[in-house]
Amino acid sequence: MPLMPVVLWTDALLYLLLALLGGFAWHAARHEHLRAPWRRVARSRIGVVTLVVLGCYLLVAVLDSVHLRLRLADQSGATSAETRYSPEVLSLLDLALAGLRSQSEKTYSAPFATHLYVKEAIELPDGRVLRDYPRLVHGGAHLDDPAARGLDILWRGLLGALLGLALWGAILFALSAALARRRGITPALMRARIKAGRTEVPWRAALLTLASILALGGAVALLAGHYHVLGTDKVGEDVLYQALKSVRTGLLIGTLTTLVMLPAALLLGIMAGYFRGWVDDLIQYLYTTLNAIPGVLLIAAAVLMLQVYMSNHAEDFASLVERADLRLLFLCLILGVTSWTGLCRLLRGETLKLRESDYVQAASALGVGHFTIIGRHILPNVMHIVLITLVLDFSGLVLAEAVLSYVNIGVDPTMNSWGNMINGARLELAREPVVWWSLSAAFVFMFTLVLAANLFADVVRDAFDPRLRGAA
Amino acid sequence: MSAPLLEVEGLSTTIGAARVVDDLRLELARGETFALLGESGCGKSMTALSLMRLLPPAGRIESGAVRLDGVDLLRLSEAEMRRVRGARLAMIFQEPQTSLNPVMRIGAQIAEAVRLHAGAAAAAVDARVLELLHAVGIPDPERRAREYPHQLSGGMKQRVMIAMALAGDPELLIADEPTTALDVTIQAQVLGLLKTLQQQSGLAVLLITHDLGVVAETAERLAVMYAGEIVETATTAAFFAAPAHPYSRMLLDSLPTADKRGARLAAIPGRVPPLDRAFTGCRFVERCPRALARCAEQLPPWHEAGAGHWVRCHLWDADQVDAATVAAPAVAEGEQAPAGEDAAPLLEVADLKVHFPIHRGVLRRVVGQVRAVDGVSLQLRPGRTLALVGESGCGKTTAGKALLQLIAPTAGSIRYQGHELAGLGHRRMRRFRKDLQIIFQDPHASMNPRMLVGDVIGEGLQALGLARTRPERLRRAAELLELVGMPGAAVERYPHEFSGGQRQRICIARALAVDPRVIVCDEPTSALDVSVQAQILNLLKDLQARLGLSYLFITHDLSVVAYLAHEVAVMYLGRVVERGRVDEILERPRHPYTRALLSAVPVADPRAERRTLRLEGDMPSPSAPPPGCHFHPRCPEARPECALAYPEGRAVSATHRVHCLLVEAGR
Repeated sequence: MPLMPVVLWTDALLYLLLALLGGFAWHAARHEHLRAPWRRVARSRIGVVTLVVLGCYLLVAVLDSVHLRLRLADQSGATSAETRYSPEVLSLLDLALAGLRSQSEKTYSAPFATHLYVKEAIELPDGRVLRDYPRLVHGGAHLDDPAARGLDILWRGLLGALLGLALWGAILFALSAALARRRGITPALMRARIKAGRTEVPWRAALLTLASILALGGAVALLAGHYHVLGTDKVGEDVLYQALKSVRTGLLIGTLTTLVMLPAALLLGIMAGYFRGWVDDLIQYLYTTLNAIPGVLLIAAAVLMLQVYMSNHAEDFASLVERADLRLLFLCLILGVTSWTGLCRLLRGETLKLRESDYVQAASALGVGHFTIIGRHILPNVMHIVLITLVLDFSGLVLAEAVLSYVNIGVDPTMNSWGNMINGARLELAREPVVWWSLSAAFVFMFTLVLAANLFADVVRDAFDPRLRGAA
Repeated sequence: MSAPLLEVEGLSTTIGAARVVDDLRLELARGETFALLGESGCGKSMTALSLMRLLPPAGRIESGAVRLDGVDLLRLSEAEMRRVRGARLAMIFQEPQTSLNPVMRIGAQIAEAVRLHAGAAAAAVDARVLELLHAVGIPDPERRAREYPHQLSGGMKQRVMIAMALAGDPELLIADEPTTALDVTIQAQVLGLLKTLQQQSGLAVLLITHDLGVVAETAERLAVMYAGEIVETATTAAFFAAPAHPYSRMLLDSLPTADKRGARLAAIPGRVPPLDRAFTGCRFVERCPRALARCAEQLPPWHEAGAGHWVRCHLWDADQVDAATVAAPAVAEGEQAPAGEDAAPLLEVADLKVHFPIHRGVLRRVVGQVRAVDGVSLQLRPGRTLALVGESGCGKTTAGKALLQLIAPTAGSIRYQGHELAGLGHRRMRRFRKDLQIIFQDPHASMNPRMLVGDVIGEGLQALGLARTRPERLRRAAELLELVGMPGAAVERYPHEFSGGQRQRICIARALAVDPRVIVCDEPTSALDVSVQAQILNLLKDLQARLGLSYLFITHDLSVVAYLAHEVAVMYLGRVVERGRVDEILERPRHPYTRALLSAVPVADPRAERRTLRLEGDMPSPSAPPPGCHFHPRCPEARPECALAYPEGRAVSATHRVHCLLVEAGR
């Protein structure tokens, strides 16, 4: 076998989450009352645009979550019977971005630069030593005359964009053919409808978004082979690569945290609201107490304890990646512990209202048991709150990761994350001349994700909130 | 007749695709009360909002003219219209609870309205506010002006709303269901107030209502609206004497009254058609029992059925007049045998009490009790209907729920066939669940919106293990739907696809699924329109005759009681003040409260000679009931000794008991 798959803890949880999502989608497709609000989401222009953007992020994160170890190239001939694998755990994304990963410079270089950002002593062929900006090892190395790079960048960028658009065209044709077949019309007619914006799902908006993403992506992909599109950091690593690797961290924090806290919030919130009495008192006491402890303090304490444990038991971890992964999972857990109270409180309030509703009363009059009532009447009717909270919380958690990493109690320093990028850029901002690209790259990637998530959350809330539905 | 105050011509309003008001014409003279009558969804409120030009954002007035004293309101600019609103044209709404700002004092809210129209100096404004409060009959106006809305009762709030509407001395007051949210005794107060104000100031009132009784009592002329257009307009006397349109006639026939006890009510099948389609003929054709062939194709013209009595119906075409005047044959049916009158009671409630503790302070100590139900005794016999009557807040719903152990009773006994139910736990109560069922007031809230109708009905079968497999339950659910007059195919649909009346049928089917013997009906028709109410009442009556059910019918509507009940218990502030057979209570009421309640109910017959017995004030809070007889602070016949002790029950006859000192036993 040329490779050995490695399943990290967070990978497994992400797969579980995707499986749950798939299961829910399958279930919702068969129930009209579940399908209707999602249909409203799919018919909103902002909804589909943000879905496309979020989909791209998700694709990167999923690619980055399939981990494996490559077989080591045979150095000693075919003597040993057992195959040996590299100790380095790589993801599919790493393999796809192998060029970016390996093309490191000595230190800082600006985006699209051909020379380093700092002066170094260069030994000329004639033996003299000159202090100047040396040429980069990879960035723009193919150019004979660095002054000609403007034209080269333009040409490659355009070519990349065109390739991206060609891919988009293929997608457009495939999509319109598929849609046309379902409706029983010709693909050309379908394309005309999409172009005129006369489809129920606003395909035109979705496809335009996809076109701009693919054009941009194509251009960047072609340029990245010859330039550091977003520059390099202090140790010469490509910033674009770092930013892309950070996508997974951000997404995992945003989603796994809620997955971890969900069972507790659901169970306790509904129990408090339904049973009231001492159960309610106990659960309220629990979450008000937990809420009174500053979240950062709790996180700092837990993460520091984990750090101590890890350094004392270094031999338990097969690789650095595994260690960093466990720390990420632990961070999700502890963030979950501090953030379930809000949802729990909302659910308790809603359950208090629902348990007095006529249909719950009718069910008790029919002798239905407590847990059946909870499962059949209360849980499905609070799910919209859960969903709205999850989507709204997502962006907050992504931002929280950045803040926590900034104060060094976030993810492992060896793990790529936007928080770590910002943390690293902290000193660079004080330099003269300023190194702005790490921070900007982290900012742009995070901003796009959070903005898309927030807009999507608004659409989801509008679609699910029964009070807004009446007004629409 | 002088020039009319308000003249509406060809008014058409659309909301989105729906044409909610279509070619509306009406005239209103000074000092006149004109009623716009119709069921929900007929465009009454939209007419009012069109007149005020306060339509929701999607609404648009397409054509027509609204002339107030000759000035076309629809041609005024928004700034000019603002000066008309409040000053010449004022409006009061249905919900006094939500129409007042909860964080502003009453006086300040009225002063705002006064200042807007008069722009007077501060001292004059205060004086005017007090004058207005006094005019709407609020006692102690100086103190009330400094209070907040939550300190006032519903009736008081509606008076405040009226005071605000009067602040600008309007010529026309549009009252959109002003008393629908209020209890009958309070409704009588508010209607009386409107009448007095009208006599004093020559105000014209456009009264929008669905209540035929209210119309008969207050209006001089009326128009019946159906599906966005007026189908009949007449003087009140002429209308109630001989309604001309089949819809009007059926509406009157569908009112439950004591005279119709033996007969079925004339329910109008179907429902008001959706307004977002084009109509070619008469809009009532689908529900009309006497529709002619041309009704579906030709828009009926206006016909004069009498002096000032116009009707829009083909039956009044020259060749059909005979057919039109002949009344629809009454669907008579023999009075069912008074079964079970002497049978042993199925359900016996003795001294039932439900108190809710009031917690206060950090330690949540109990500082008092809300005595929602405070010693109620009832007897329900097999196959009979016992009506529990009272105004909102008297504890009748709580009593009904306590009976089914949905709320744990504080004290007292509930014996079903000799078994004590009070204090039974969830598990031991289960074997009685099958026999005791409940139907709720709001058909929209009483079904889980996420369940199929079949599963809703089958829930009891599953819970009590009467039908183990889902196909079996669905089959049974379909049978039950047929029983309540719905297609069995409805099991595969969701509750929101049905109208209010249909949902109430589904709820009845759900209760019937477990084959109960007693059903607690908690105001099952008060959220429904009159014509739909008639359908449900007919159904309940049929089911009782077929299945021998006993009903505990909780209601505030005395006309329903007269039609349906065998025995009546009248509740006031947590206690039954009078109980007896329905004829005893309705014809020879002995308790002053019962008498006031009966006289406050508007009767849909303007000729009825009635001595109105108007109650002052509101029901006291059940957390601090007055000492002695609970009713004595409002009682017109109270004596000093009434305040001393709660009167013992006195038997007037073998079946009739009253708690009042004024009634001497055995008389």
